[in-house]
Amino acid sequence: MNKLRTETAFERPDDFYELLIETHRGLSDEQSAMINAKLILLLSNHIGDLDVIREALHLAKQGV
Amino acid sequence: MGSYTYPKFGYRICADQTAPAPPRHDVVVVGAGLVGLTAAIDLALKGVRVVVIDDDDTVSQGSRSICQAKRTLEIWDRLGCAAPMLAKGITWQTGKIFFRDRKVFAFDLQPEGGHRFPAFINLQQYWVEQYLVERAQSLPNIELRWRNRLAGLTAHEDHVRLEVETPDGRYVCTADWVIAADGARSTARRMMGLDFRGKVFEDRFLIADVRVDGAKFPTERWFWFDPPFHEGGSALVHRQADGLWRVDLQLGWTADPESEKRPERVIPRLKAVFGADTAFDLEWVSVYTFQCRRLERFRHGRVLFAGDAAHQVSPFGARGGNSGVQDADNLCWKLALVLKGLAPGTLLDSYDAERSLAADENVLITTRSTDFITPKGAASKLFRDAVLQLAERHPFARHLVNSGRLSLPTLHDPSPLNTPDRDAFAGAPGPGAAATDAPLLCDGAPDWLLGTLNGGFSGLYFSDGPVSADTASQLAALDQMPLPVRPLIVAPAPAPSPQGLRVVVDRDGSARRRYDALPGTFYLLRPDQHVCARWRRFDPRAVTAAVDRATGRAAPHQEHS
Repeated sequence: MNKLRTETAFERPDDFYELLIETHRGLSDEQSAMINAKLILLLSNHIGDLDVIREALHLAKQGV
Repeated sequence: MGSYTYPKFGYRICADQTAPAPPRHDVVVVGAGLVGLTAAIDLALKGVRVVVIDDDDTVSQGSRSICQAKRTLEIWDRLGCAAPMLAKGITWQTGKIFFRDRKVFAFDLQPEGGHRFPAFINLQQYWVEQYLVERAQSLPNIELRWRNRLAGLTAHEDHVRLEVETPDGRYVCTADWVIAADGARSTARRMMGLDFRGKVFEDRFLIADVRVDGAKFPTERWFWFDPPFHEGGSALVHRQADGLWRVDLQLGWTADPESEKRPERVIPRLKAVFGADTAFDLEWVSVYTFQCRRLERFRHGRVLFAGDAAHQVSPFGARGGNSGVQDADNLCWKLALVLKGLAPGTLLDSYDAERSLAADENVLITTRSTDFITPKGAASKLFRDAVLQLAERHPFARHLVNSGRLSLPTLHDPSPLNTPDRDAFAGAPGPGAAATDAPLLCDGAPDWLLGTLNGGFSGLYFSDGPVSADTASQLAALDQMPLPVRPLIVAPAPAPSPQGLRVVVDRDGSARRRYDALPGTFYLLRPDQHVCARWRRFDPRAVTAAVDRATGRAAPHQEHS
């Protein structure tokens, strides 16, 4: 069973974060939420491993 | 009664004021702050006579730039004034991040030992400037002119004309070169009509220096996002010398800067930080906004802009003062060579090229920090809070938390002064990087690699045993060139010094490791302790070509091999 990777995978984490935030700049809350939903679907399909996605969903729900 | 007594340096009449014709100076530095004083000392130590004018006659009003970074301390050590700063300052290397009422994680800025200087010291800007002034006063090449205000500046092809206002009226002098280090509201910049463009951040911060009875926090940088004692904002607490604490609180764009400065507004906020029953004295309060902006070019003919006069960044990351000092470090050896006729004036264009890279990097990095600390918009805030929630348990998210990326020296690459690598090196400071320090033995006594460099070009030759007579002659000849390169043999164990060459002992292998050195590896270092070329095998002709390139005497495309 594949494990979710929680060590950093980014060579330059700040570049990634800026890209993410810039994508949302100037959008309404609804537009942002729609982008987030589509992004999750796209990346989940890319991962394709339900064990990994299940673990990620579990960790994401903690503390919420 | 404050913890610091401001010195009064006093105005004195100078020879220029009674001269029959405007006297000509080699270099006039405008502004006796961190950057201007650093530049003046550096030039004076290189044999250049410098006049420094400043409109005030004391040091920085307020503690302002308190975090002095390792690289900055190494520069001041080269200038002979880091020791009192290190003794007076607060050494720290740990930062902690909090989100609401929870500690999220801690970070260590200097996980590796074996360096002369710590990652940071905290020392109020007025102390730093006082030590710099004391150093400058000890150098006969520097004339400090207090209460001499720049009142006019006209740049000509071959000189700069300055008008200076004093308590005794106005005088005129000229200079071959002017270093404009007169701060964010630079008069020199305004007089030259130069645009200072960028972005204003719509937020306000309260900054306070507080003397507290009994240390409430450890000697660490503590940063809170949305803490219970200051809901909705960010907070930063940091220790300084003399029992002072720096408190930085985000107030938001709608806060009124005047009323927020009043004690009846400030004291309840500080009680919330330190506890209601903690006794403290408020020494200094300021409410500030900030901006990221820069001049398009740092060199305008014979006027060279440095520090805040050239570029301004948000304060998160301590990149204002530190990058300004590094500007001076980059500029002064070039200016000294040009003044001595050892390099063409075009070498100064590389100051603009290299420090523009640094300014752009600092603007980018501090803008990102600001966007994380003060997220604009619901999506940005949502991601910020999600990152902070994840960071407590998941390492990847810690890399995304951004409370300020603390100042590190810029890699000047690409630069016209670098000779690109032809040989393979694994990591280690490459062309354009600041040289890394390492513990050594010099003449049997513990010393530091950077401390053994003499302020000119240096060559590090790594050997594993006796150096052949041929190699020793070639190394010795480097020091006899018109622009000498001082050779230093780095050996694993005490060895005889062939032909009077200096041999230093890499007692624990740190230098070899940090420079990925093999026997025969040669590093060429510039006067500002930056690597400009390196090879696996020492070739005197390649060294000469690299020195020509690093001093603007050979165009980058004229590759000698």
